[in-house]
Order: sequence, then C-alpha cells, then structure tokens
Amino acid sequence: MGLTFAEKLLALKAGKSKTVPGEIVEVTPDVCMTHDNTAYIAQTFKKIGVEKVRDPSIHVVTLDHCVPAANEKFANNHREARAFAAEQGITLYDIDMGICHQVLPEMGWALPGTLVVGADSHSTTYGAYGAFGTGITRSEAAVIMATGKIWLRVPESMQIYLKGRFQAGVTSKDFMLHLAREIGVDGALYRSIEFCGPVVDEMSLASRVVMPNLAVEIGAKNGYIRADHITDTWLKGRARKDYTKVEPEPDARYTETLTFDVSELPPMVSGPHNVDAAKPAREFAGKKIQQAFLGSCCNNRLEDIAVAAQVLKGKRIHPGVRMICIPASRETLLAALKEGYVQTLIEAGAVFLNPGCGPCMGNHEGVLADGDVCISASNRNFLGRMGNPKAEIYLASPRTVAASAIAGEIVDFRDI
Amino acid sequence: MPEIVKGRVWKYGDNINTDVIFPGKYTYTINDPKEMAKHAMEDADSEFVQKVKPGDIIVAGKNFGCGSSREQAAICLKEAGVGAIVAKSFSRIYFRNCINIGLPMVTSTEASDHLKPGDTVTIDFKKGKITTPTDTFDFPPLPEAILGIVDAGGLIPYTRNRLGKA
Ligand code: SF4
Repeated sequence: MGLTFAEKLLALKAGKSKTVPGEIVEVTPDVCMTHDNTAYIAQTFKKIGVEKVRDPSIHVVTLDHCVPAANEKFANNHREARAFAAEQGITLYDIDMGICHQVLPEMGWALPGTLVVGADSHSTTYGAYGAFGTGITRSEAAVIMATGKIWLRVPESMQIYLKGRFQAGVTSKDFMLHLAREIGVDGALYRSIEFCGPVVDEMSLASRVVMPNLAVEIGAKNGYIRADHITDTWLKGRARKDYTKVEPEPDARYTETLTFDVSELPPMVSGPHNVDAAKPAREFAGKKIQQAFLGSCCNNRLEDIAVAAQVLKGKRIHPGVRMICIPASRETLLAALKEGYVQTLIEAGAVFLNPGCGPCMGNHEGVLADGDVCISASNRNFLGRMGNPKAEIYLASPRTVAASAIAGEIVDFRDI
Repeated sequence: MPEIVKGRVWKYGDNINTDVIFPGKYTYTINDPKEMAKHAMEDADSEFVQKVKPGDIIVAGKNFGCGSSREQAAICLKEAGVGAIVAKSFSRIYFRNCINIGLPMVTSTEASDHLKPGDTVTIDFKKGKITTPTDTFDFPPLPEAILGIVDAGGLIPYTRNRLGKA
C-alpha cells in the first residue's frame, strides 16, 4: 500500500522508509518560523539553558503582527526579537516586508518537499507550495532552537477533489467557506488534507494558497497541493536551495475522499462568529457594514488587489463604509503600485496601509467599534477577533468585500 | 502533572476558540502568566475570572481551543487555577499546548455529555477515571511517547532533562 503525502514526507524527515497514521515521529524541520512572538520564544529558549541556537540557518523571524509598533509595548517586543535574531545569527525580516506566510514563500524558504513549521496556526499555508506546513506552539519553537527537533504525530489523510468550473468571479475562498459549512470547523480535525483535481490544477498559485491557509479553520494539521509547473515557475529565482518534490503514491490510502463539483457554487459569506457559519452571499444581502477589510495572509495578494481594483474602478465606496486595504507583502504592494491598483483603490475611498497583519487579529490599524459590522477577506471571524467582542466579522472573497464596500451592505457581487 | 484533580465543573459548548479564551490583542504585550490569568475566558464568559477556584474543571464540547497557536490560551487557564479540561475533542495545537505547559486534559465524549455545571468531579489520571457522586467515566491514557513530557512537567523541563541541563 502506498503512502500519502503526509506519511511519505514525515518518513523522509524522520529518516524512515515509511510511517503510519498515529505513529509519533521525531523530525528535523527544514524551516522554523516565528514572528512577533519571537521575544517570548527567546525567553523560553533561554530557560532551557542552551546558549546558542543549534542551527540558526533553519530559523526565520518575520515582524508582521503589529507593524510598525502600535505603542511602546509592541515596540519593546520587536526590539527584543531583533536583538535575539542578531545575537543568534537568525534571518529577520523587519517591518517593511509583510506577512510571514507570504514572505517565506517569496523569499524562497517554503519549498516543495520541505517541512516548514511555524509558531502560528496558519503555517498550514506553506502546503500550497508542496511543503508540509503546520503550526506549532511557542515552547516547541524554543525547543527546536535548542535541539533542532520536534515530535509530530503522523496524521490520517483525506482528499478533497474539485471538479467542474467556477462561475465567473467565484473563487477558492468561496469554496473553502462552503467546505467549512459542509464539514464543520472540526471536519478535518487532526487530518492532513490533500487538495486535488482539475480545478486545483488550473488554479493560480495565489488562489491555491487560500485553501491550505483555511485548512486550519476546519481543524487540519496541514493542507497540501502538489507542486507543478505553476509552482516551479513561481519559485524560479526565489528558491534558496534546490528542492525535491514529495508526492503521494497512487495507491495511497485515505480515510475519506470528498468530491465537489464547483460549477454551481455561488459567492459565499461566513457569518459571525465561526468560519462554518457560511451561506450564499445573497442570504446575507442587506446586512449593513461599517468596515471592509481587504487583507491578511488569506486573501490579499496581487490577484486579489487586482480584483478589488476592477470592481472599484471609477466608483466610490459607500459613505458609511471605511475600507482598509493591506497588501500581503512589500512585493505585493510594489506590484500593485506599478499596476495602478493602489491609485484606483485610494480614489475609490479605500485607506492603504503598509504590509502586515493589520486589524486581522485586533492589534491595531482598524480595530472595530462597538456594534460595527466588518466584511473581511481574512480567515477568522471569531468573537473579538478584530479587537472588539461587540463587533461582527463576516468572511468573504476580495470581490465580495469590494462589491459590499460600494453597496454599504453585504451583496452578491452579481447583483450590482 | 498531578495524579488526581478535584473540582467544580464549568461547562461550555463546542468550538471554544483561542480568541475567546485569550483575546489576540494581548498576545504580544502580556508575558507574565499572572497577567494572562486575568484575561482567561474573557470573551467566552465574563464571570469566569471572578468565580473560578483552584482545581475547577472546564468541561466542553468538541474542538476545544481551535484557532490560534497562542500558548497563553492554555497558560491563562492553568494560572487561573483550572485543574483540568475535559472535552469531546481538542484542536491539535491546543492539545500540544496543554501537554507542553502541563495542563491536564481528558478526551471523553461521554463525560462531556453527562457532566453538569457545578458538579463536583474527581479525575484520576493514573486510573483513567472521572467520577462524580453518581457516575464514573473511563478514559484512555495518553500515548506512551507523550507521557514522558507530561511526567517531566512539560516540554521545557523535559528538554532540559534530555539535554542534561536539569
Ligand atoms: S494576517 Fe491574520 S491570520 Fe494571517 S498571520 Fe497575520 S494575524 Fe494571522
């Protein structure tokens, strides 16, 4: 019997010929990412009693969760992270670079066939590049600094097969919200998800990324998409080293294969306060909004900003709406500037902010007021997520966010 | 980890996420466990911090601790005095956080269904039993490979031992 991606990759990283679900293996990650939590992790690392990080070359620090610092506490937190990275010889991307899950792929760290762990739950994102990406805890990142190793349980694997053809404007985001509704926020609990099928094969990399990114919202340990020519082309000139792809074997065994025909899928919106509270956008139509957020590691790459610019070109956002646009990375911002999208969005009334997480987890730059309703291209709508438990967050694709910003209420973009 | 925990039940539903256990806005500015405890369950249950007593037990539905990887979501409960968490299932990172910081947790659908708010419950980890004045529920032990971490009192002491730093 063949191995799934997870079984094969974890065997490789554990130095074994195979692994089985449920087995616990000790592995050496290729990359370990930490972000604004690095200062805290550094303190934990020091408690272990080791002076030097065992292999500084596998660690990457990205400052992104509250950049530039909102107040002196955040500033001191960044200062400590910078000092630690410098002292240990660890690569640090400072506040100019963007969100970790976009910066690591752009800078060639997240590669096919690698094991990338991150002290951040959305580290599943790296699966879009054919890597095994998974979130770990702060203590575990500290232990990897000390020992280079971590234990992982080999997950059961499931396949999500997409066929058919999306209706114009409907995207992988709409599909993932639909999937969350279908299987629930624990529908893939502890599983490795392999996303596959003709729809995935044809998708741009930016659209693919959304799927492993949201995989954690349905409980998955990782989400994987086979690296192909699209991946190779994108990685050209970025990859920091040569890579060897790891792919599931044809006779691999899955606990489940779910097939979806996406042809009839409408634009979806996920209502507060859970990602699986998803319905067709039309069912939320008329819900007044005060903020529209186009950002996060889920959905604000160039392709997403282009869609928003296309929707907003020559239009004004509704006077009752504040629209915040935060590109995923510096590279994205530069490209958006070059294409004229930034101008289009600002002319339409959007506020542009520097790359980073922004209000996604409620630290700064657009925290919600009591009673506010926000439509967001991000990935989490938990109560209080954007800094205020008296506000509501609805998740949607960038196109739905932009269309709703014009309307001043949630809309199905096909209706305006 | 203690062998026996005894306390009153605080009952919650499914999918209690890390943002309601410990809001994201505090994650980079609060590093002191005592401070973390003051915000435990802040957006899930505003009475919790005032009324929780040492040893109290959180009983929840499925997927407890889904969402962020933030360790504070486990530390704040431990520091607030929570003796153990019983749930139908845990999100994977939350499970790891509990193991790593030494917050005892039990997976049991039966117990989660039957235990009621305010019940006084005893959990015996060695025997794998949860007992109330009227009921008993069995639960399986943790995997062998993980028990070493639990026995050492968490991942950091475990690693110190392994590296001969103890
Ligand atoms: S953008 Fe949001 S979800 Fe992504 S890493 Fe930042 S805080 Fe987390």
